[in-house]
Amino acid sequence: MVGSANAAGAIATGAIVLPALGFAVGPIFKSTPVRWEAVGPEAMFSQENYIPVILTLNPTIGEAGKTTVYVRKFNPALDTDPYDKGTPYIAITSRCAHLGCPVRWVDAAERFICPCHGGVYDLLGRPVGGPPVRPLDRFYTRVNTAGDVELGPRFSVNSQLRRFSPRDPGEPLDGIGQYLYPSRPGAQKL
Amino acid sequence: MPKLPAPPVPQALKGPPPRPGEENGKQTPLDHAAEAGITVVDWVDERTSLTGAARWLMFRKVPKGTNWFYTLGSATLFAFLSQAVTGVFLAMYYRPDPSGGAYESIRYVTNDVFLGQFVRGMHKWGASVMVILVFLHMGRTFFFGAYKYPRELNWVIGVVLLILTLVMGFTGYLLPFDQRAYWATIVGVNINGTGPLIGPYLSDFLRGGSEFGATTLSRFYAIHMLLVPGAIIALIGAHLYLVTKLGTTAPPWQKADQAEALREEEI
Repeated sequence: MVGSANAAGAIATGAIVLPALGFAVGPIFKSTPVRWEAVGPEAMFSQENYIPVILTLNPTIGEAGKTTVYVRKFNPALDTDPYDKGTPYIAITSRCAHLGCPVRWVDAAERFICPCHGGVYDLLGRPVGGPPVRPLDRFYTRVNTAGDVELGPRFSVNSQLRRFSPRDPGEPLDGIGQYLYPSRPGAQKL
Repeated sequence: MPKLPAPPVPQALKGPPPRPGEENGKQTPLDHAAEAGITVVDWVDERTSLTGAARWLMFRKVPKGTNWFYTLGSATLFAFLSQAVTGVFLAMYYRPDPSGGAYESIRYVTNDVFLGQFVRGMHKWGASVMVILVFLHMGRTFFFGAYKYPRELNWVIGVVLLILTLVMGFTGYLLPFDQRAYWATIVGVNINGTGPLIGPYLSDFLRGGSEFGATTLSRFYAIHMLLVPGAIIALIGAHLYLVTKLGTTAPPWQKADQAEALREEEI
């Protein structure tokens, strides 16, 4: 009697605890599917300046799932870091590395500027002023057979532009930062 | 006040007791109604002993010097009840649909529902009022020293209630789903993410995934409507139980009453 009552109690407890646990920790293990999206023909972009394009991060939530990405053709004179070799295009996110506000590219100043807390980034997306803790995130790029530029998953970079799996804004990646802010189990670096 | 025992008069001298209901002559319909009410209360009380609990809760001794600052807790409770009632009415119209439905339902409440703008305004401004009252109540407790022994646990519960109130403010801010709500939530979730080691997991929990998505709004909705209100109600119950059990404190400037002779002796 006591044994079966305890077993019934354990089953009932599990029926309450398991959904709660799924609610709390399930999202950590959710992986986002890899999406590639064509954003325009190759002729649209130049080596000198950024062209803003609209990219859909999440197709299920309407306008809220879209983001602006600044795209520029790979320029050997500018992109001298070893990690960008062979990248056809440089695609820089508009999401500020401080707390995720939308930065805009200001052509006259050749800077990315964030309206919320005054973050300023240079031409390569490296912070030159304000509170941001790492450069702006980037997207993988490729050119498809029709000659369109395609943007893929996002990745984060440290101050040397070394690539890491995508982190959230506000998480530094230099030195001990990459260990203090681990990437999520479901995230992948291409 | 305890009832004194009846004097020991011999039974033979007392005469017959009055018949029930005949003390003041004939019964009026009002007397019948009063008696019916007493009967109902007695029926419930005999089975629950609720009047004792009600007396314990309501008729308490309060210290000398109790003043208007002591009503800030009740004011906070009223703000919470007001949020609960207006929130129920808003929930009748709100749709947690991120692809336009949420914003549209808020627009509908604000512009088309009779007095909808007023009820939504009460909920929106009442949220700020509640946060302000919580802090004033906390300040009163702190400056009057009312958090000290034996009331430490009530302070701890109060701090949890403060945090839950702020969680309500944070999760409720997203629900209108306009530009301000969206970007404020992006920033708020990312502030959570800057905590070392557990920060990234905390923001994943809040968003329901690695990116702001379709589940984020419904998560915030469920946390705002079900999870946190339930916890707040339970903790308010514990908070009030401890207040009733331990009593309130006198203000710090209140001197204890002392007999004149004792005061002479101390000098």
